Amino acid sequence: MTQVATTTAPPPTEASPTVRLQGVRKTYDGYPVLEGIHLDAPAGQLTAILGASGCGKTTLLRLIAGFDTLDTGQITLAGRTIDDGTRAVPPGQRRIGYVPQEGALFPHLSVAANIGFGLPRRPHRQRHHRVRELLEMVGLAELADRAPHQLSGGQQQRVALARALAPRPHLVLLDEPFSALDPALRAQLRHDLLTLLRTTATTAILVTHDQNEALSTADHLAVLHQGHIAQAGQPITLYRQPTNPTVARLTGQVNLLHGRIDPAGAHCELGTLPVRPGGPRHPAPALIMIRPEQIHLETFDRTTAHPNTVIAGKVLHQAYHGHHTSVTIQPRDHPTLRLIARTTTDLTIHELIGFRITGTVTAWPSPRDNPHPTP
Amino acid sequence: MTPIPRRRTRPRPALILLGALTAALVALPLVFVMAEATSGGLGRAGFLLARPKVVELLGNTARLVIAVTVLSVFLGTVTAWLTECTDLPGAPLWRVLLVLPVAIPEFVSGYAWVSFTSTVRGFGGAVLISTMSLYPLVYLPVVAMLRRRDPTQDDVARSLGLTDAQVIRRVVIPTLRPAMLAGALIVSLHLLGEYGAFSIVRYPTFATEIVTEYDIGFDPAAAGMLSMVLVVLCSTILAAESRAAGATTYARIGAGAARPSAPARLGRALPLTLASLTGLAALALGVPVATLGYWLLNGGSTTLPPASIWSATSTTLLLSLAAAGASTLCALPVALLAVRYRTRLTLLLERGAYTARALPGAVVALALVFFALRYAPPLYQSIPLLITSYVVLFLPLALTAIRAVLVQIPARLAEIGEGLGVGRGQVLIRITLPLLAPGLGAGAALVFLATATELTSTLLLRPTGLETLATQFWVYLTGLAYGAAAPYAALMIAVSAGPTYFLTRWQPSTATAAAPFTTPERAAPAGLVGAS
Repeated sequence: MTQVATTTAPPPTEASPTVRLQGVRKTYDGYPVLEGIHLDAPAGQLTAILGASGCGKTTLLRLIAGFDTLDTGQITLAGRTIDDGTRAVPPGQRRIGYVPQEGALFPHLSVAANIGFGLPRRPHRQRHHRVRELLEMVGLAELADRAPHQLSGGQQQRVALARALAPRPHLVLLDEPFSALDPALRAQLRHDLLTLLRTTATTAILVTHDQNEALSTADHLAVLHQGHIAQAGQPITLYRQPTNPTVARLTGQVNLLHGRIDPAGAHCELGTLPVRPGGPRHPAPALIMIRPEQIHLETFDRTTAHPNTVIAGKVLHQAYHGHHTSVTIQPRDHPTLRLIARTTTDLTIHELIGFRITGTVTAWPSPRDNPHPTP
Repeated sequence: MTPIPRRRTRPRPALILLGALTAALVALPLVFVMAEATSGGLGRAGFLLARPKVVELLGNTARLVIAVTVLSVFLGTVTAWLTECTDLPGAPLWRVLLVLPVAIPEFVSGYAWVSFTSTVRGFGGAVLISTMSLYPLVYLPVVAMLRRRDPTQDDVARSLGLTDAQVIRRVVIPTLRPAMLAGALIVSLHLLGEYGAFSIVRYPTFATEIVTEYDIGFDPAAAGMLSMVLVVLCSTILAAESRAAGATTYARIGAGAARPSAPARLGRALPLTLASLTGLAALALGVPVATLGYWLLNGGSTTLPPASIWSATSTTLLLSLAAAGASTLCALPVALLAVRYRTRLTLLLERGAYTARALPGAVVALALVFFALRYAPPLYQSIPLLITSYVVLFLPLALTAIRAVLVQIPARLAEIGEGLGVGRGQVLIRITLPLLAPGLGAGAALVFLATATELTSTLLLRPTGLETLATQFWVYLTGLAYGAAAPYAALMIAVSAGPTYFLTRWQPSTATAAAPFTTPERAAPAGLVGAS
């Protein structure tokens, strides 16, 4: 069943996405896991699916791979319907590479045999050549004859990716491939694998719960929450202009404040803040989002401080992260409020500082009696 | 592979002494057999070896071992796959039914078959009876392996273009190889040592011939030579298995995602599958149980069990308890040395203790007979010597069980204890032994079970007049008093069934390091091998 010849399938055109999910629904024991999923994975790009554990992201991946079948909806791959809820193409005929969380290398086969597993046995020379090529690509040429248990975690993941890429799939699925590795190795491996995917122009879908990973790697990002796609688009759009508080929280640290909006801007305890262009204008109660880096800290000087823009606050807590420090601030005039900001200057606990909000904020009209939305 | 914790500190000399004594105890029978075999000089040894009888026995034994091992591996693996990886209805019930035959000693099911139909004789009969009682020894390790393997591998293989059948052939079966090898090893070693069942169906093998020659005309050199051949056969199988297993010391790599794979659908194959499984259960379990039940109800001459049944039962229980205690005590220092103080010397001691795996019951008994007659006549046919033979035979069972638990107890715990100012002896009593309790218990239970159904060595070494359930059963059986034999067989099964079920549930965690000659998943099934 191993068909590898690249000529059999028409090359995906630039305009059409490689994978398209339409109205996908999946239930387990009558309980919906995924509902109304619409998602496009553009050709030659990396699409990341970000979500907390249990949100259905691995199920989504398994549906695309064909390990599970849809209840309703449709999945098309390179223009061909692979599952429409009634008939499903078997996983082996989809030409989708799969890289699971722990690599799942075949323990009884050498590194080279693992990589060549999905290739036709003959012609032998061609198979050997392809395995060599991939070994070089993932930088493990010297380890071809090793057994999987002799490799480090990062090396195992490289082999797993090479194995998935060997038959030149339409699409590679990556199921949290870096989560089992330590942070330093993770960053390196992530960089290497992404470079490899880009140079081979492979369409890929990466599933992750790590917002840094999703934002930094994806060309295209979809946030999955409780079985629904909460928002999909470019990472920067999702970060700066999330369409709802869930996406805001899942894509990074956030300050959420209750207030009101009207054509003049967003009004909250911190004053009146400009709403981003295209944001809501109709007067209504609203939830207002301020990213930590929008809070600009400065030394507080009673005499020069502009009471309308600079707000006084006290440093409650700080967490040092190396390249920046995360600071929790208690505004002097609103002692119940906590704000998270970022700085690179050294502060002391209980120090009185001034801060102001820069840039525009995102706001969503909301009923006033929302559950308390602190992050 | 989990690295074995090393400690810089040296073991106490007393511990080394205890370990060395145990290893010597186990290795000595081999020395005696060798000495006896060559007692008539090398020329006579060569003559004894080249007898046509030896060639015939070699052919018989080899045929039997190959046929039964292949069949058992096939049956054990297929049934394990059916109960673990498919939508077989009633799988939990099948799991129990498929394992139960192991609780029936082979010579008991031999008796059942022979009294049921006279057609079960010779090679065919031996293959049928052995396969039906031994396939669970493959089933158990394969089930354990199927449960701990990473099903994501199957997903990956399917995404690479394999059909379900190809996944089984190219991924599932290769990863099961260590378990299949382990099972095959136990089955073949058991076959080499089995006396009772093959004697019943009149199929001569080395083990039956050694006992016969001992019974008829006692020729130490001839019996010793046959024993040597048998030991060489066992060692060859052990060496072959350890080479094959050495190449496959893989388990699952990384923790893996805990996602059970969807069971395979049997679909249209279901009726045939159910029919085959029912047939297997009928042969392996139905015939022995039904025949035994028949003889119990229609005992004929003896309607009431004779009074000796209670003394035989208590003798069996006491001997088994003594053997269990002694074997566990002997195994403990060896296990502690091998796991906690790993040096070339301790490794040698451990391997020495494991050599008993190549010694069938008949050989050990014969060696001890030689020893007693030559050097310690008062010990001949004494209870201490009988228990010594059990210890030599079943030490590897206790050692495997204790070791499997010991490697999981972090050496750091003992170090913390010592760091708190507690002496090493106190650490052993207050920390190591309590944590080791499950291993000690399992080891003792394994030896208890094996002893309760042991026949060959007991027949040769028991003091005159002492009867166990197994020997009394054997006496009635060889006198063709099938009805009188039945209660003894039933009691033997009753004594073993409960602990057997408990032991099949007992699984040391999968993270244990492999012992030099054994892997943890062998512990439970190995215990069910009573060299009868």
